[in-house]
Amino acid sequence: METDRKDGRTPNQLRPLKCSRNILHRAHGSASWSQGETKVLAAVYGPKAGTKKNEDPEKACIEVIWKPKTGQIGKAEKECEMIMKKTIQSICLLTINPNTTTSVIVQVVNDDGALLPCAINAACAALVDAGIPLKHLAVAICCCVAEDGSVVLDPTKLEEQQMRGFAYLVFPNSALSALPEGSSLVNGEPLEHGIITSVTHGVMSVDEYLKCVDRGRAACAKLSSFLRNSLQKSQFPSDMSSKAA
Amino acid sequence: MRLVDSSGDLSGEMEVDAFRRLFPLRYYERHLAESIRPDGRPLGMARDTTLALGAVSSADGSALAKIGSTTMLAAIKMEVMTPSAESPDEGCIAIEFHMPPICSPIVRPGRPAEAAVVVSKQLSDTILSSGMIDLKELALVNADGALFDAALLSAVAAFSHLQIPVVSLNDKGKIVAFTEEGDTVGKLEKEAVNKEKRKLTLGNIPFSLTCTLHKKHILADPSSEEESIMETLVTVVMDSSDRLVSFYKPGGPALAYTSLVTDCVRLTRQRMKELEKILDEAFSGMEVD
Repeated sequence: METDRKDGRTPNQLRPLKCSRNILHRAHGSASWSQGETKVLAAVYGPKAGTKKNEDPEKACIEVIWKPKTGQIGKAEKECEMIMKKTIQSICLLTINPNTTTSVIVQVVNDDGALLPCAINAACAALVDAGIPLKHLAVAICCCVAEDGSVVLDPTKLEEQQMRGFAYLVFPNSALSALPEGSSLVNGEPLEHGIITSVTHGVMSVDEYLKCVDRGRAACAKLSSFLRNSLQKSQFPSDMSSKAA
Repeated sequence: MRLVDSSGDLSGEMEVDAFRRLFPLRYYERHLAESIRPDGRPLGMARDTTLALGAVSSADGSALAKIGSTTMLAAIKMEVMTPSAESPDEGCIAIEFHMPPICSPIVRPGRPAEAAVVVSKQLSDTILSSGMIDLKELALVNADGALFDAALLSAVAAFSHLQIPVVSLNDKGKIVAFTEEGDTVGKLEKEAVNKEKRKLTLGNIPFSLTCTLHKKHILADPSSEEESIMETLVTVVMDSSDRLVSFYKPGGPALAYTSLVTDCVRLTRQRMKELEKILDEAFSGMEVD
């Protein structure tokens, strides 16, 4: 059953994506990522000397600061910070620069649904812009489950509130420059199928969740090709936009 | 007790305790290869869980949950309030999660631990999203891994223990809680609006299981030592009608493939059955009193 969405998209259609790099000149790396009306700005400073108090000095430390559009920093922001920190820790090569801190500052410019995935995408682009060594890229997407059980991608804020439940999913993405001898399958699935992070809200059945994961993976392939294209463009402030269908 | 390592490196001959402290990951991996954990549990088994209802007598509903050594106390206080204009039929729930320094050597008085904030937010999300329904306070008495599981269990138990107190209208037309002490003479004019304490009807009850992932192994219900070594945590919350309330995996080096997701869900289902039994037993034990 085709769900009629307010902005006329099909359930599998993402909103127009825009990615700009190197917008803040004082930061070591910066990027802004927007999906439709949701826009997030990420800045990376680092690596700086020293790690925070309880952190392991044999590895690099990642610090995330989440700045909401309005209001004070509360529990929701702290939770987002923790999720982003763990996600970024799993894509960075932490052993290359031990005893250093890299700060990622995320500023929410506008929130119109799928905020955390947008922020993760922005942070990943900013990390690449800063030249922090990464294992692979992280691409994030939001999938929600409608009342009738169908899966809808990239909801707006209104849709998020009306849907029965939604899931933020983050997948790894790497382009293989040299194909390995044996197959790179893990348990019969290629590397891209693993979930780095998953946060769900609302109730859904296990099958619906697995359906979300499948759709999310397919959409992430599109998102990641857009990300790679925009990252490969010139160093100077570039503006790349596309409408992924 | 001497441990002889066949690979012949530095850990060649040393006491087990020293090996455990110096090379924690290898200590665990050697156990995992035999599909067992240092405390003797098989990989998929959770620690012993006990539940005590009515731990705090001054609260309207309370419970003390223990999973292994992790101890969590939940107390519910109900207040009469005027509902908001948008939802005149609903009350609201406010959840506070405290991690006092008694619970663990890494918590200092003053700044709340990062985990506390996150767990309280997760808890609010889970309880609200699973459709249960007042003020709630959770206090962590002892932290030994799987904080979220213990918190949710004690919260759920406290809710099932909750009895809404009798309320009545006093002379000025305000609703006041009806206290049982006090002389009967003055109270005769007040009519109780609801004649007796009633239980809160619960919708689908959520139960959770936290697992850590390490290479190909899934360890259910980690202790704090296991949690600190294996960095990837997954928390799956399911409710009694077999729906997934939450699949929470905040990053971490190990990636979750579909087979892993289904395995975690299966373990959670098993755990749910155990927890339901424990909750029922605790409840019926209380009814008899």
